[in-house]
Amino acid sequence: MHIANGIVNAQVSAVFAVFAVVALALCVARGRADLDDRLAPMAGLVAAFIFAVQMLNFQVLPGVSGHLLGGTLAVMLVGPWVGALCVSTVLIIQCLLFADGGLTALGLNITNMAVIGTAAGYLLVAGLLRVLPKTPTGLAVTGFIASVIGVVIASQGFVLQYWLGGTTDLSLPAIAGTMAGVHTLIGVGEGLITATTVATVARVRPDLVYALRRFRTRPGSTAGATPSLRSAA
Amino acid sequence: MGAGHAHPLHLDHDSLVHRLPPQVKIAAVLLYTIIVVVTPRDEFLAFAGYALLIVVVTAIARVPAGWLAKRATIELPFVLLAVALPFAGHGERVTWLGMSLSVDGLYGAWNIFAKGTLGVLASLLLAATTTARDLLLGLDRLRCPRVFTQIATFMLRYMDILAEDARRMRVARLSRGYDPRFLWQVKAFAVSVGALFLRAFERGERVYLAMLSRGYTGRLPAAEGGGATTAQWATSAALPIAAACIGVAAVLR
Repeated sequence: MHIANGIVNAQVSAVFAVFAVVALALCVARGRADLDDRLAPMAGLVAAFIFAVQMLNFQVLPGVSGHLLGGTLAVMLVGPWVGALCVSTVLIIQCLLFADGGLTALGLNITNMAVIGTAAGYLLVAGLLRVLPKTPTGLAVTGFIASVIGVVIASQGFVLQYWLGGTTDLSLPAIAGTMAGVHTLIGVGEGLITATTVATVARVRPDLVYALRRFRTRPGSTAGATPSLRSAA
Repeated sequence: MGAGHAHPLHLDHDSLVHRLPPQVKIAAVLLYTIIVVVTPRDEFLAFAGYALLIVVVTAIARVPAGWLAKRATIELPFVLLAVALPFAGHGERVTWLGMSLSVDGLYGAWNIFAKGTLGVLASLLLAATTTARDLLLGLDRLRCPRVFTQIATFMLRYMDILAEDARRMRVARLSRGYDPRFLWQVKAFAVSVGALFLRAFERGERVYLAMLSRGYTGRLPAAEGGGATTAQWATSAALPIAAACIGVAAVLR
């Protein structure tokens, strides 16, 4: 859900725009540490992937189709910093080329989906992987739980922004409840797809799963690791 | 692939607006949107003026009104929210056709509807008159951080390739007699998403190695030239200046 112009007032939008710029500057710095000169090509590719996946509409019920947001998926595959950069790039391009989401609400949208969504997703993934097995199944469970909760938390970012600068007086618990309810449904679809996607990647190329990186030295954590091209580069 | 990477919202013909350099158009749309958003919601005449400006630009850019109206449906979820506001709002209430409506909610609904629609129309006009490549060039010339324009450039280049890849995989699945459609068949869909990621990432690694061997050092060569003339800045400044005049006049009235 992309916030449009005029829902949250100009002052609060400006504050969140500044916040988004600072957060993204941090992501660029940390993303370079993860990818160095591969940052632009690889982040561009992941952004294109998220975009392509968002275009593959999946029929939830006859007549109702949903699509993936991809935040938690990006976090698990390329890490929180590059993931946030990718999601923000997708949001900027959607805003400028597809008129999806207001230009003045870009800071709000980036804060919710790229910063809060990926941060929550990453913290959950990092925490859950401590206790769950580092197998494709464990990753799938992690991905599912992190997606559902991450999407709901990101939706509560909107509630916070509306509380600070909503243009109409509404009962806040009602908005929070509606947003949480709708996004739990979205999150379940998101979670199922994230879980299966990550499990597929982990079976074939576990070296590509960022979430497994910290555990890579442990023998037997994932089966059939193939040598990465990364070391050759 | 060297062509201008058209995107679904680009209208490929020639007009005064199409010929303007991208950076001046982006600046004009951004300023216009900000002016619309900061206008107090009860200045109804100002919003009529803003709408008139959109009509004028649409006419100059020769964008068909029906085309614009069809694409503007992207904001429908927010129109639905706006419809709900008069019922859910607080404070003073009026009765209309037997329904009790909140005055604040009615203003709020108008606010979202007017500002949202004008913003979407302005963005659509920008998208209709600017190719994706030009848009990124424009952002670059507006001093948008290089790392973003680079990520976005790669993203746009890979996007068509990935969409084609996804389409081929779908055709392959359909031609083998399987068409996952419903929630309980989500696994087949997600497995192909995973396969798409693997193909894409391995392609990305190959492309990156190819770039390295051609001397890539983490920076793309900057596009030279293409600065906008004062006349071009003045032409596109007409939109935000006119909007600002309307807004100020309405508030001072």
